[in-house]
Amino acid sequence: MTERNDGPSRRRVLKGAAAGLVTAGVAPTIITSAYAQEYRNKPTGDTVTLGFNVPQTGPYADEGADELRAYELAVEHLNGEGDGGMLTTMQPSNLTGNGILGKKVAYVTGDTQTKSDAARASAKRMIEKDGALMITGGSSSGVAVAVQSLCQEMGTIFMAGLTHSDDTTGKDKRRYGFRHFFNTYMSGAALGPVLSDEYGNERRAYHLTADYNWGYTQERAMKDSTEAIGWETVNTVKTPVGAGDFSQYITPVLNSGADVLILNHYGRDMVNSLTQAVQFGLRDKQVNGKNFEIVVPLFSRLMAQGAGDNIKGILGSANWNWSLQDEGSQAFVKSFGAKYGFPPSMAAHTCYVQTLLYADACERAGTFYPPDVIRALEGHKFDGMGNGPTEYRAADHQCFKSVLVVRGNANPTSQFDLLEVVQEVPREQVEYDPAIFGGELGPYEVAM
Amino acid sequence: MNFQGIFSMSRKDVTTLVIFSIVVLAMPIWLQPFGAAYPDLMQRFAIFGILAIGFNILFGLTGYLSFGHAAFLGVGSYTAVWTFKLFSMNPIPALFFAVILSGLFALVIGYVSLRRSGIYFSILTLAFAQMSYNLAYSVLTPITMGETGLQLEASDPRIIDSMFVGEEAGLPVSNIFGLEMTGIPGFYFCAIFLLIGFFITQRIFASPFGMMLRGIKSNQTRMNYTGFNTRPYTLTAFVISGMYAGLAGGLMAVTDPLAGAERMQWTASGEIVLMTILGGVGTLLGPIIGAWLIKYFENIFSSFNENVLHNLFGFLPDGLEGFVVEITSMFVGEGWHLTLGLVFVLVVTFLPGGMMEGYRRITTLFTGGGGDGDKAKSEDTQTQPAE
Repeated sequence: MTERNDGPSRRRVLKGAAAGLVTAGVAPTIITSAYAQEYRNKPTGDTVTLGFNVPQTGPYADEGADELRAYELAVEHLNGEGDGGMLTTMQPSNLTGNGILGKKVAYVTGDTQTKSDAARASAKRMIEKDGALMITGGSSSGVAVAVQSLCQEMGTIFMAGLTHSDDTTGKDKRRYGFRHFFNTYMSGAALGPVLSDEYGNERRAYHLTADYNWGYTQERAMKDSTEAIGWETVNTVKTPVGAGDFSQYITPVLNSGADVLILNHYGRDMVNSLTQAVQFGLRDKQVNGKNFEIVVPLFSRLMAQGAGDNIKGILGSANWNWSLQDEGSQAFVKSFGAKYGFPPSMAAHTCYVQTLLYADACERAGTFYPPDVIRALEGHKFDGMGNGPTEYRAADHQCFKSVLVVRGNANPTSQFDLLEVVQEVPREQVEYDPAIFGGELGPYEVAM
Repeated sequence: MNFQGIFSMSRKDVTTLVIFSIVVLAMPIWLQPFGAAYPDLMQRFAIFGILAIGFNILFGLTGYLSFGHAAFLGVGSYTAVWTFKLFSMNPIPALFFAVILSGLFALVIGYVSLRRSGIYFSILTLAFAQMSYNLAYSVLTPITMGETGLQLEASDPRIIDSMFVGEEAGLPVSNIFGLEMTGIPGFYFCAIFLLIGFFITQRIFASPFGMMLRGIKSNQTRMNYTGFNTRPYTLTAFVISGMYAGLAGGLMAVTDPLAGAERMQWTASGEIVLMTILGGVGTLLGPIIGAWLIKYFENIFSSFNENVLHNLFGFLPDGLEGFVVEITSMFVGEGWHLTLGLVFVLVVTFLPGGMMEGYRRITTLFTGGGGDGDKAKSEDTQTQPAE
């Protein structure tokens, strides 16, 4: 290397570096003073900001759009606009339609893209920049777990949206995270007895499982509950996520001697695998002298729309369905339909309920101070929100309520009337000991 | 190379470095009016800046288009989080292991992939990256925790930390001897690495090694005929840029201790390519600017919902306001990809050299086209190597 004469001396370089370091030293003191407060994002004006973090792009964009509709509706109702929705049916309720603790509810939105990184980035943006006091939303467990642990670090309450994996309130549970949605264990426990009634106790089951965490837990739950009713598990096969073509996984089922196919798939995977299984003629087959059956443990209306006629007569479980006749569900379906022109999905329902539950907890605690709000939510019993009597269990922040076993409607009366409720399995039957999944909630107080 | 040689930089390089340092370190101030001066986004600016300049060493200098750089980012992140879990919450060992391991990983992938050039090389790297992604997402779930991502746990051993400090409630935060790597300190920690990385890149660009890489880009066959074995050079460039990506991945874990598989997905690799092309391939500053622009779009544009737009255009008469909001809402919120795509198309069509070419054109406009340093450099890169 040639020596350059026009280059600066080492002293000049050092001087430059020193100037940079001084800037680096001074700037933080300017910035951090703005964060000095009793707790993060304490609302000081006459509004309180909530952060709605939903997938607006990517595979679950449909669910995300529906969740966002529900959030906007919830904000309207909390601020006393519209017809009040579940505010009128919720019991007990301290909500008056006057915002939360007298402050008007404002909101900011973010796109999770169904990616943990993107979800955490947008949650951080809402907390650090927009001053969001609570984060809610999401349509997959990976995102829910990632955002939940972030919220624990930041000291911001997270009200999970659609997340079905056991991990969210099991292994990865957090003090600042709450889930209203049900989980794979409950799906399995609810489906077991119904499957036994419908298909008998001498069945041979074949599992196709989405190759990621949720799939594993769903498969385990279904295996446990079907083996408990005397079924035999022939084989469990993992399929790549987003495979599109499942024919190579379905062909072996035909010759396996199994007479039930359990599809532990969700979203587009489920739509594809179910459609192809039906096209392969599985449902017209007779094996071991019995009709071949297909079971989809987690069902949603949006998925049913995608699968079309193929879902007719197929059993699965759901957190909620708009056809429920109780007062709370009716009030919610009515105000959602009036605003958007179609009934809400179960993702929309859980998000709407979560927002109201948070608002109510703040009212009961009399403050926005997160540890007090958490204590108000823990062990809270409520009713009139579409699922019957429900409890937020203090030990793992999981809601316990009855679980719906649903069946694809054979004679739908409208394009939304796709699922019929077979049975509302009572809470006692799906309850479990929180210790079986391990995990630790962590502290109430979080250092900032 | 003697010690003074390291600091013997051209006057222009020093000016660039000083101005760049000031711009980076003063980010919390000048980003304020853009609504981007919050710690998380600034950390991302610094981290993706490192990633982009590292990628540029390979793509900008040798012309080898790697479509799998996100794999190294992922390896860096997983290594860093595992170091946190097993040894210590101090970021230095985490970054050290992240850089070393992603460098080794790059050595293996580079050794195989660099046997081909052009599109075959790109496809090979893409295949390796997608393979790593699928491994991390499903097969290696016990190590990577698959879809839910690798996280810290209270029960982690943390051998070194547990010798010095007692158990605390809650999860620990990465820290250098007590200074927590979140918020503004976290940003400055990343910014320092960005500046070091930038300095090293400058030195590589100006070195004979850099010249050699440019020679490979302009005509590899001729380089071979003149008696150079080019493969060690390309492999070195590949490994260096893999280490940059590993450093970026490690820093992501330092500021936010979670590693997810989708960090390795092909879309993430594509994003790096976009950043570099948007800013200007082969230029020093271009890739960084491209990275900042994309991260800004992703984080700020995606957050504009109709409420925000109504506030923004509130001064317009009602009918017109509704119309304007309707039109603009297509480009923000969930439509941020569309805006980014349009910008990308426009840049590639009208400014093939990226944002840096736009900058150059503007400066030539004002200086009357004479004696501009940047221009001289761009010509420099096109010069064929001497025979």
